[in-house]
Amino acid sequence: MVILGLALFIKGLEMGLFPIGESMAYAFARKGSLFWLLIFAFLLGFGTTIAEPALIAVADKAATLAAQAGAIADTDESRSNYAYWLRITVALSVGSAILLGVLRIIRGWPIQWFIIGGYILIVIITGFAPKEIIGIAFDSGGVTTSTITVPLVTALGVGLASSIKGRNPMIDGFGLIAFASLTPIMFVMIYGMIVV
Amino acid sequence: MSWDSISNSEFLGTLIDTIRDVLPIILVIFGFQYFVLRQPIKNIKKILIGLVYVIFGLAFFLVGLEKALFPLGELMAQQLTDPKFIYGTASDVLEFIRWQDYYWVYIFAMAIGFATTIAEPALIAVSIKANDVSGGAISVWGLRGAVALGVGIGITLGSYRIVTGTPLHYYIIAGYIFVIIQTFFAPRAIIALAYDSGGVTTSTVTVPLVTALGIGLATTIPGRSPLIDGFGLIAFASLFPMITVMGYAQISHWRANKQSKSEYTHGG
Repeated sequence: MVILGLALFIKGLEMGLFPIGESMAYAFARKGSLFWLLIFAFLLGFGTTIAEPALIAVADKAATLAAQAGAIADTDESRSNYAYWLRITVALSVGSAILLGVLRIIRGWPIQWFIIGGYILIVIITGFAPKEIIGIAFDSGGVTTSTITVPLVTALGVGLASSIKGRNPMIDGFGLIAFASLTPIMFVMIYGMIVV
Repeated sequence: MSWDSISNSEFLGTLIDTIRDVLPIILVIFGFQYFVLRQPIKNIKKILIGLVYVIFGLAFFLVGLEKALFPLGELMAQQLTDPKFIYGTASDVLEFIRWQDYYWVYIFAMAIGFATTIAEPALIAVSIKANDVSGGAISVWGLRGAVALGVGIGITLGSYRIVTGTPLHYYIIAGYIFVIIQTFFAPRAIIALAYDSGGVTTSTVTVPLVTALGIGLATTIPGRSPLIDGFGLIAFASLFPMITVMGYAQISHWRANKQSKSEYTHGG
């Protein structure tokens, strides 16, 4: 059953998700409207993250932790409130990550400067963030990118990089997922600092 | 596994979850296609069938995992972290913890990290794409192997960290510094892909099993809080693939260089 599911998934990937991601990338490149492309990138990141089941689970655990640490009142209402805004925070961070990543592909900026800059920022923020949130923040970077988002976003990036002149799909097309796993770490720690 | 062992409602529940996962994506895509791009989609029928395949495939995959692999993995994680198994006696000897005594946990961590990552659907998707784009220079299995090895190492080190109780951010910061230095020496074409592989490893398959291992470890070892120490394994699992993928590219690059050099000397 696992194997059957995986086979169906891969078949569907090649028939459905890869072509639509690429054809949309080409269509946006032809239309030449940067504004709409960026809105699309943001919504794609935001929309896929807000409904992510793994994120909902992590947010609930984080709320329990914060309540135990005395950061928020230990009631159901304040906990669900905390978890809700944490989810919004992560979704916002993924949305802006995809937006920034798409902008990077279009402009052809080298990825390492963003990632290294992001890491340095994270390291600095880690020094100030409350201890309880650090583990959750680092984990939330990993859980935000679901099985459906990854193929679609990869196809979008590669499609964009191959439809724009002077971009190498190998060098420029990948990297969207990396952005999407980096920003939640930052945003969640900042969230923990503000709320505590 | 026979069909009878799976109740229909269970499959339906997973299917609904998967659809809920996909729905926002479909809304965004079709909304933009019709209201912004104002173009009919080419091969719409084929794409829709593909989407149905993806949803059903994922649901099958998840139900199968829940039925067979997850309970087994969680049981093993519990048994291996049980003090009785590690010390052969009851738990009252746990005054001092020697990290060497947990070697079965490390072996299990390595195996589970490697095995779950090889099966990760998101990683398969990225590998197929990378193989396409690189014109076959990056093989699907090479990339999957490199990433899986990275996750295995990451989870092993993460378990060691839980056993010894050292702070998470020391490891993460050291890992980041290593990644940054390695970036300067890695072939340029692999960098973006390597960064990506950190994020793709941890989705459907890896997260539940690895979390079970982390929570199991943190609950049985005295002085560890499952809430604080149980987390953080995923962070390790996203960090180490970057190192191994860049390493993989460096090694194959180096070997290709060496080969072309020796050909040159022999031919010349």
